[in-house]
Amino acid sequence: MTAEILSLSLQLSMPEIILAVGALALLMIGVFSGDKSAPTVTGLAVALLAVAGLWLIFMPGEGVAYGGAFKLDAFGRFMKVLALIGSITAMVMSVGHAKSDQLNRFEFPVLLVLSTLGMLLLISANDLIAFYLALELMSLALYVIAAFNRDSLRSTEAGLKYFVLGALSSGMMLYGMSLVYGFTGNTGFEGIAKVLSSETRGMGLIFGMVFVLAGACFKISAVPFHMWTPDVYEGAPTPVTAFFAAGPKVAAMAILVRIVSDAFLPIVADWRQIIVFVAIASMLLGSFAAIGQRNIKRLMAYSSIGHMGYALVGLAAGSETGVSGVVLYMTIYMVMTLGTFACIMAMRRKEGGNVENVDDLAGLSSTKPFMAVVLTALMFSMAGIPPLAGFFAKYFVFVAAIEAKLYALAIIGVLSSVVGAYYYLRIVKLMWFDEAKGEFARISGELRLVFGLSGLFVVAYVLIGGPIGTAASAAAKSFF
Amino acid sequence: MTDWPILSTVTFLPLVGVLLLLLTREDGPYGRRNILNVSLFTTVFTFIVSLFIWIGFDNSNAGFQMVEKHNWLGTGISYHLGVDGISMLFVILTTFLMPFCVLASWTSVEKRLKEYMIAFLLLEVVMTGVFVSLDVVLFYVFFEATLIPMFVIIGVWGGKDRVYASYKFFLYTLLGSVLMMLAIMAMYWQAGTTDITELLKYGFPAGMQTWLWLACFAAFSVKMPMWPVHTWLPDAHVQAPTAGSVILAGVMLKLGGYGMIRFSLAMFPIASEHFAPLVFSLSVIAIIYTSLVAMMQDDIKKLIAYSSVAHMGYVTMGIFAANVQGLQGAIFQMLSHGIVSGALFLCVGVVYDRLHTREIAAYGGLVNNMPKYAVAFMIFTMANVGLPGTSGFIGEFLTIIGVFRVNTWVALFAATGVILSASYALWLYRRVIFGALEKESLKALLDLSGREKLILYPLIAITIFYGFYPAPIFDATAASVDLVVNNYSAALAAAKTLALNAH
Repeated sequence: MTAEILSLSLQLSMPEIILAVGALALLMIGVFSGDKSAPTVTGLAVALLAVAGLWLIFMPGEGVAYGGAFKLDAFGRFMKVLALIGSITAMVMSVGHAKSDQLNRFEFPVLLVLSTLGMLLLISANDLIAFYLALELMSLALYVIAAFNRDSLRSTEAGLKYFVLGALSSGMMLYGMSLVYGFTGNTGFEGIAKVLSSETRGMGLIFGMVFVLAGACFKISAVPFHMWTPDVYEGAPTPVTAFFAAGPKVAAMAILVRIVSDAFLPIVADWRQIIVFVAIASMLLGSFAAIGQRNIKRLMAYSSIGHMGYALVGLAAGSETGVSGVVLYMTIYMVMTLGTFACIMAMRRKEGGNVENVDDLAGLSSTKPFMAVVLTALMFSMAGIPPLAGFFAKYFVFVAAIEAKLYALAIIGVLSSVVGAYYYLRIVKLMWFDEAKGEFARISGELRLVFGLSGLFVVAYVLIGGPIGTAASAAAKSFF
Repeated sequence: MTDWPILSTVTFLPLVGVLLLLLTREDGPYGRRNILNVSLFTTVFTFIVSLFIWIGFDNSNAGFQMVEKHNWLGTGISYHLGVDGISMLFVILTTFLMPFCVLASWTSVEKRLKEYMIAFLLLEVVMTGVFVSLDVVLFYVFFEATLIPMFVIIGVWGGKDRVYASYKFFLYTLLGSVLMMLAIMAMYWQAGTTDITELLKYGFPAGMQTWLWLACFAAFSVKMPMWPVHTWLPDAHVQAPTAGSVILAGVMLKLGGYGMIRFSLAMFPIASEHFAPLVFSLSVIAIIYTSLVAMMQDDIKKLIAYSSVAHMGYVTMGIFAANVQGLQGAIFQMLSHGIVSGALFLCVGVVYDRLHTREIAAYGGLVNNMPKYAVAFMIFTMANVGLPGTSGFIGEFLTIIGVFRVNTWVALFAATGVILSASYALWLYRRVIFGALEKESLKALLDLSGREKLILYPLIAITIFYGFYPAPIFDATAASVDLVVNNYSAALAAAKTLALNAH
């Protein structure tokens, strides 16, 4: 490796280096000044993520680094910025809750930064080994923060469950990778694609691919690898759940898109049927299972399972339109989810602390009108009702599915969105039609800012959607 | 005046009212007064501005006028507005009915007046948007967006079973429309555009038309509503507040009919001809069956709701007769029904505000102490029946003529529906207005107040005026209707030649 190539590699991976070095520095600060430094460390961590994000936005440069293991392209850039925004927002939201959820230790922001570093590497992974390492870096930090409130039984249970199931999926994925390597002789995505397009694929390779996809589907919590989601969402402290629902989903979806559109593109017919099945199963389970939920975090877990199903509809199309639909879907999904979690965190009674039942939202429109309006917009948006952002997200993935002539998938998808609308409407109904049972405590400024911005985004998408859509389709051009 | 984007202005003008309302405080009598004044002023002003559309409208031009086009979202979808003879009058109908809704809610809405008015103004924006949009995706966005404010209006300010009714309304219509969304996407990939003006020129292959027609029909027949998917309407009507019922019956049902003319008939002529017998059967069943059902209702609003379903049967029948009389009649029937059924719901609102019940059995003998009300109610009842001299007659008569040219049996059955509608409407009138004034609760009722006169008298004038002189409506619609009918027959002729050549 010449100095020139090395400096190019360093330059391309500068955001990751900033995070890696920064995380270690933050760790030092924390260790030497103790737990009282937690707020400082959190602030610095946010600044670190912001610097990495700004670097990605403003510094040009695309290409392959580290001998093909790392790739920065328009798609990666977009998804990385998205993941960083998700992490920053989740971190900001956690500030007010640090005390009550026992998150006020300096390790918490450091772990979030490390996990975000894993996400960025995952989005850029261009090689099976890099894919696996990045995924583990992201996940290990996530396992720890799921169980971060160690005095809470539910939190530790969530962490343990996530860890055990996560380890299982990693194992499966690693086995799949070994099969793919064995049958193609390559670990790099380009190399795999080259071999697959010149030879007829063997059955062993398909086995390997299925296992690899299963691992990725576990991380985005698509059916049938969704079992952990409701328990972890419910058990983990709410700021942690918000973090789980944003960045990691974006990163895992990005690598899923990358691996099927890069490495496995020549065998699109083989992976398409898998993705179609996973998408249909996720959409149906997401909409039917959420109906019976009483805990709003559990409900959001099923809702996110459903949303991943819709995003996969775009991926199943296996086209540029499809990938751009997925990118757009993940963007809008992330904004809606973070806004909703900000609202969930604001569900705190003056006495009795945080509450998590859907019924606790009753009569919100008369006690906290602004929050009620925002949450209503978010719910309608999640249900995919125009003119809100969620409709356009669904529109662009289904447009791709119709283009690819996946009619059955599209019809099942839109019908399950009607079923899904039912439970979103239930939340709206509680807020507007029912009488208030009690009032929430004053909402902290940062939460108000987050859900305010998120509400503004979904409402104003009809005006500001142009540049976002253009960026998403530019990102999708990286593959086709 | 020519360059001014008048359609955008009319569509989004109510948003200014929303903004003003957001700045108003609700507490105290002055706050309430302000909210009402702002809403009334906004809706009246919007109506006046919308009249400029009619004034500037060129009756001889069959194409789209006052067109505005901008790129939107950077993905081939455009913000494209325009009106032709078919859509223009629906815009006027929408803006015309809104002030009446505000007036009807003057005293009856006691809680959350501000949110109520905001919901209505937003509803006006999206409903107007449906009629003026010339891009299918934009059309769909507006079409679906009507669900949000209406869901809230029924659910928050509705009657006892409001939750059930609002859910049913929302999910029923959503289920119908999502299939249309897929049809829109399929049209986009087939024709390469979402522009309605382009799509109208594009001849879709016959096999594809069948599926597209069915998907669109799913959306429009639910919205219309046609038998057997009409069951959401009686629930929604009964539970909605008076103004909500007016808008539901007056404008929202017309979204379905407008969609059928614009999409089903004009874009998929071969499928329309193929499915016309189905539509005729459903329409005839709707006319006869729902009229019979209406007769047996003991709730006034429910009775009027079922009569709406029957009247929409004439509309669907007229549309798919696909000749000038049928189509003109259908459009006229929709406009007339918008005013007449809206007025009937306002009439119900008048007595409901006094007695807080809609049970027919609770009334009787109102003619003795409410003579003015009795006259107003009679005129609208007669218009609903289709008495010559009222606007209701013209629409029904024309649709029956139109369908007679296509299928005499359908016309025969539809005409029996007129008799049935006379029986339920007159029976309702007898039970509510005539008879001895025996019930204690009714004796103290006062006749129409000044506000109520202001609501009902203009509507009476319009009902009778257009009953005698429908020409302004027909002048406006004629050119565009001719174009639709000519294109329709040309497309069918082309398809026939193709089929002959193939043999």
